[in-house]
Amino acid sequence: MSNVPADLKYVKSHEWVRKLADGTLVIGVTDHAQDALGDVVFVETPAAGRKLAAEESCAVVESVKAASDIYAPVAGTVLEANAALADKPELLNDAPYGEGWLWKMRADDIAAVDRLLDAAGYEAVLAAG
Amino acid sequence: MLKKTALHDAHAALGAKLVDFAGWEMPVQYRSALDEHHAVRTACGMFDVSHMQAVDFSGARTADFLRHLLANDVAKLSAPGGARYTCLLNPEGGVIDDLIVTRRDGDAFRSVVNAGTADKDIAWFQTHAAAYGVTVKQRTDLGILAVQGPQARTLVVPHLPAALRERAFALKPFTAAWEGEWYVSRTGYTGEDGFELVLPHADIVALWNALLADGAMPCGLGARDSLRLEAGMNLYGNDMDETVSPLECGLGWTVAWVPEDRAFIGRAALEKQRASPPRRMVAVMLDGRGVLRAHMPVRDAAQRDVGQLSSGGFAPTLKQSIGFARVDAQASAPFEVEIRGRWLPLKQVKAPFVRNGKALV
Repeated sequence: MSNVPADLKYVKSHEWVRKLADGTLVIGVTDHAQDALGDVVFVETPAAGRKLAAEESCAVVESVKAASDIYAPVAGTVLEANAALADKPELLNDAPYGEGWLWKMRADDIAAVDRLLDAAGYEAVLAAG
Repeated sequence: MLKKTALHDAHAALGAKLVDFAGWEMPVQYRSALDEHHAVRTACGMFDVSHMQAVDFSGARTADFLRHLLANDVAKLSAPGGARYTCLLNPEGGVIDDLIVTRRDGDAFRSVVNAGTADKDIAWFQTHAAAYGVTVKQRTDLGILAVQGPQARTLVVPHLPAALRERAFALKPFTAAWEGEWYVSRTGYTGEDGFELVLPHADIVALWNALLADGAMPCGLGARDSLRLEAGMNLYGNDMDETVSPLECGLGWTVAWVPEDRAFIGRAALEKQRASPPRRMVAVMLDGRGVLRAHMPVRDAAQRDVGQLSSGGFAPTLKQSIGFARVDAQASAPFEVEIRGRWLPLKQVKAPFVRNGKALV
């Protein structure tokens, strides 16, 4: 079974959101998603300063099998992309909730994060296939 | 209901990801397709390819039969154990399948055909066999294991029947030896040294387990595809099919034009395009990030559509993307490929991309 940490928020398109103490959001893809993608070989992340709409396609993960779009969980502004992924895309497979994070952002409306799925809600999405 | 090979339980026990491949439930990867790829380039990997079918031909006129059906010429195989890669063509010169044919004892030959084409191949063989008095036997009682990589032969030989070991180790590339129903050929689909073994189902499970204990890495169809692509080898259904001639997909070298009077099926059609085939295949690389995939559109510098990629993928040895493009014969480089809405430059190179663990491009 895939790992679904209890302290994160989720989107049914398989992104996770971690809210840091200062309100910064860290975005990544779930363990389920990385397992389904297979070995990741390239990651394209959004540039710092880019304005994102909720559910906007803003990153691409290319695995040996396929290219997959990654969507912004909430509206906001990109603060920083994970530069380490350029040389080590495999971080996304090895540590999807850790070193394999994709980008950091500030939400336009932080309350939007609370409306995302919790771990139980995301597990229900996975169980429904 | 998907068909299962004798090794299906072994794959499941290893936690393989199983997919439908030509009606067979086959492992696409175990833990990591990249790790599996590198294991074959540097050490030893093994692939269950029992979905492919061994077909045995017998009868006094088998050589005449195969010289009529195959674009390569089995008359070149003077000694038992000699093998050739060849296309099986339709009368229009399109590729029904690509296969390896091996001369066995006396008048007998064996071929191994692709899983997705096995039924139509065998029907085609049967249609023509009667006129030559040839018996065509699909060997559903046998499985096939490919063991590939610089350490492959050393790992396999101790597990062969004693009477076969010395002969197997002495095999030259593209030759085969056998003892009873154990059949071993020094062939493969990876660009590395190694063996392909055809043997009874019970024996293939035992051999798999022995090689696993010796450290051979189980490899799935994902690694098989990236390895063959780096090795510059065609994939049936992608790089050629019944609408593509061998001259249009880089397989002109497998067509035996001499002797001129050998009237193999498809020859007349090939002769018509021999001087100038309508399309050609080029090996390409992508500088920079992104992954080439089959069916991506290709254009020339004047932005004219000239064809598409027939194969594409990430090359783990090169850490960049490679592929084959099938383009109009008149089209000239430089080419561009469309990846997710963007046109990116392709570099034309000479295949193979990788051989024996070394990058060649």
